[in-house]
Amino acid sequence: MLAWTIYLSFAGAAAQALLPKGKPALARALALLVALAGLVIAVAGFIREAGQGRVVLVDLPWVPAMGIHFMLAADGISRVLVLLTGLAAVAGVLFSWNIELRTNEFFAFFLALIGGVYGVFLSFDLFLLFAFYEIAIVPKYFLIAIWGSTRKEYAAMKLALYSFVGSAMVLIGMLAAYATAGSHSTGLVDLARAGLPAHFQMWAFPLVFVGFAILAGMWPFHTWAPTGHVAAPTAASMLLAGVVMKLGAYGCLRVAMGLFPHGMDPWGWSLIGIGSWRDVFAVLAVIGIIYGALVALVQTDFKFVIGYSSVSHMGFVLLGLMTLNQIGVTGAVLQMFSHGVLAGLLFGIVGRIVYERTHTRQLAELETMHLSKRLPFAAWAFTIAGIASMGLPGFSGFVAELQVLVGSWKANPFWTAAAGIGIVVGVAYTWRALQKAFFSDTPPAPHLHDHGHELAAITWPEVTGTALLGLASLVVGLYPRLLLDTIEPAVKALLAGGMQ
Amino acid sequence: MNYTDLFRVTLPETALEVAALVVLIVDFAFLRKATMKARAAIAAILGVVGCGAAMWAIGIQTGSGFSVGDLLVLANGGVSAVAQMGVLVLTAVTILLLIDSDFTRNPGEFVAVVLMAASGGIVISAARDLLVIFVGLELLSIALYILTAFAKSSAKSAEASLKYYLFGGMSAAFLLFGFSYLYGLAGSTDLHQIVLAAITSYGSGSPLFYAALVLIAAGLGFKVAAVPFHLWAPDTYEGAPAPAAAFIASVSKVASFALLIALGTAILHPFGNVRHVVFFVGHIGPPPKWLGLAGPWSILLAVLAVASMLVGNLAALAQTSVRRLLAYSAIAHAGYMLVALAYSSYGPKSAQAILYYILTYGLTTVGAFGAVGAVEQATGSDKLDAFLGLHKRNPLLAGVLLVLFLSLAGIPPLVGFWAKFNLFAAVLGVNAGAVPFVLVALAVAMSAVSLYYYLQVLKRAYVMPAVDETPISVAPITLLVLLAIAAAVVLAGCFPAVLQSWIAGF
Repeated sequence: MLAWTIYLSFAGAAAQALLPKGKPALARALALLVALAGLVIAVAGFIREAGQGRVVLVDLPWVPAMGIHFMLAADGISRVLVLLTGLAAVAGVLFSWNIELRTNEFFAFFLALIGGVYGVFLSFDLFLLFAFYEIAIVPKYFLIAIWGSTRKEYAAMKLALYSFVGSAMVLIGMLAAYATAGSHSTGLVDLARAGLPAHFQMWAFPLVFVGFAILAGMWPFHTWAPTGHVAAPTAASMLLAGVVMKLGAYGCLRVAMGLFPHGMDPWGWSLIGIGSWRDVFAVLAVIGIIYGALVALVQTDFKFVIGYSSVSHMGFVLLGLMTLNQIGVTGAVLQMFSHGVLAGLLFGIVGRIVYERTHTRQLAELETMHLSKRLPFAAWAFTIAGIASMGLPGFSGFVAELQVLVGSWKANPFWTAAAGIGIVVGVAYTWRALQKAFFSDTPPAPHLHDHGHELAAITWPEVTGTALLGLASLVVGLYPRLLLDTIEPAVKALLAGGMQ
Repeated sequence: MNYTDLFRVTLPETALEVAALVVLIVDFAFLRKATMKARAAIAAILGVVGCGAAMWAIGIQTGSGFSVGDLLVLANGGVSAVAQMGVLVLTAVTILLLIDSDFTRNPGEFVAVVLMAASGGIVISAARDLLVIFVGLELLSIALYILTAFAKSSAKSAEASLKYYLFGGMSAAFLLFGFSYLYGLAGSTDLHQIVLAAITSYGSGSPLFYAALVLIAAGLGFKVAAVPFHLWAPDTYEGAPAPAAAFIASVSKVASFALLIALGTAILHPFGNVRHVVFFVGHIGPPPKWLGLAGPWSILLAVLAVASMLVGNLAALAQTSVRRLLAYSAIAHAGYMLVALAYSSYGPKSAQAILYYILTYGLTTVGAFGAVGAVEQATGSDKLDAFLGLHKRNPLLAGVLLVLFLSLAGIPPLVGFWAKFNLFAAVLGVNAGAVPFVLVALAVAMSAVSLYYYLQVLKRAYVMPAVDETPISVAPITLLVLLAIAAAVVLAGCFPAVLQSWIAGF
């Protein structure tokens, strides 16, 4: 059933490409319909398969001579992330309601990207997973390069090349694993069962992990993320931060950690407390948490604040993965969901609701506009989203980051202590952005803007999109078991035996 | 020697030559007064029928190839047949692209020369004897020189042809020189006999054998445009008329790689699959890696491969002419395939992977040249900026370009991705040692680089604002052919097993 999310999205993309030009309303309606259908399927699949382990959706021989299967399946982790993708897709369409330039092409690329993302989350064949992973690269490039702003061509090319270099690393690891396993199958389960030698896993793990982690925004490979997020049109930055970065984290978990669990074994020697690849990546994740937060603190562009905060929040995901214990990894998966929803919401507010009306993202200029009075909806929505994203109880971010921190305390208390600094700074940059953008008392600079005319009224797609994402975070925050019951068994199985 | 056999085995070549003559006669005898369009269309139809007849002739082939005594001269079936089929299909597509071109007033002659070149191509796809190889190569090359110069009013075309001819003539001399060493050392022109002689004379004659190998690698490296024998390629691709360039980039490549596969199989696997047995039976001989010419051949190809991948991809980054860009990308693709040739398996697996790659690459390139040619015909330039705003000027053409270029870059679900995966998996399947692994890693890394220059073209077609928004019209047949190629690239990428089992079925 979940497999239809993929087919529908690609069919929608093809239909959009064939749609006559100059009918933006039709294109929008079709896109919303496809995205909604995806969400409905995702929810239905989530409810129907709740409590079940791995459910195989499709398993057809694709290239029999090489043991490649068209195998789609879903376990708890997949179901949660598919749900996230459904939410992000609907919200993305709603927040791009005002796209007038080449509308049908925009939604064609948008839906192709969504289809690729669904595909990655549901693939249980390494080759298929990789194919979907690469399919997602090209639409990202065009979405940013055509509909973006602020050095869009540079940012789009940077993002495409970073992604492609990352996937090249994954491809090398994948070819090597396929050749070494000699099992003549690219199924994730078959490869994991093939018993890859430990010394092989020792170098394949970092290669594949870094390849995926580039897309997850791991420091120091994160630099595509802020520029890409800022340059992208609103819907694309929502997707980039909301689901595409999760592709990377998901690949780290499913492929790198699932296939090469021995790659995280200790080296047998250690230097300043780092004695395995696991330590290396945990430290990089912690650096990312702190670095992202500190850089977000000094940004002058509103969107850059959110962009760097994404690097910081994704650091929690990577840290959670590297704890290798039940609670930490569960927290990481929950954090993927939580950050996906919240980053989407924040980018939606900043990029669509604020920027499309004020035509500036500079905090210094926004300071003079008194947006809390002129755009109260945006101000309150951002306040709630900001509170949720800094990890206040009652929202999804709190449950997720708490679990990650508890997990990392068990693994190495120093990581937790350092990551805690990141949380504190996180409060600071969110507060600062909130205060400067919305609640400032600075008198208006007369030459900057004409305050006589009213800002355009908030439209229904904006309200709906905001409500959808905000509620998702709230519901999960109030009743985390909703997702945890699905995630925990899957994580347990993964930790117990890799992908086997 | 049995002339019936010879006739049977060379039936496809015969069909092509007859078709070439028919095209010429019809054009000269009946179409003197006809319009240019009609002449081109009739010549093209006859040419395609000729290709079809040759394919039919290959299809009905049974039995072994053509031998003189015990020595195989022309092989039959298997790898050779696949390559021959590929040559004919690509020839037919190229001929169809000619119909709407306007670079020549003699379409009949053009088609006739293309058909003769194709017959050279199918000769070398099957040749197993030095003399036949050389004859086939010359048959192909001389026709290609003529095709390159076919735009008689274009100085660029003449210049390109002269460069191609001078380089080609020299490389043929190298090749012949190498062949003469082999004949002198082995006393035979049969590939298998030569390799056996190299093994038995281990220690005495080998330096000269090695020198001969280097000379041969130079000669064939020229044909596949491997660095450092690639200098002709950018100029020729840029100056030749579009269908001729497409033909050189596809058909000539397919045939040359088929020849390299045959050479490689003879050199790397002289006893079939038993060389390991020889090694284990008693440690009399040299280690199997160095048996005969295998070691040096692998090293030679690996060096050419590394140089081609690096130079091709890096030089392509700096190009402003799309045709030159395609030329450098062709060099890079040749590099990937040379990696697989350097580590090819006994048995058909590697050969099939290489054939899969070269056939799909050839088809994609023909389409790319067709699309570039269409833009060039409308704008008069093949510079990157001629593609500005193409998605507005002709959405279908832009769509074709998108599919083909992304396939060349190796993006799924297009066929280029699958071809690359298959190729690299074949290399590591043969030998997962450190050197082949590093070569594959380099190839994968370099194809990440290649995305940049393919996107440079697509960026102009889709992203950057148009300077001139007048629609570009593409003649219906060209457009139809291009759309068919794009559809084939998508479908073959989504269902890779179909083409793979077709190749394995010969």
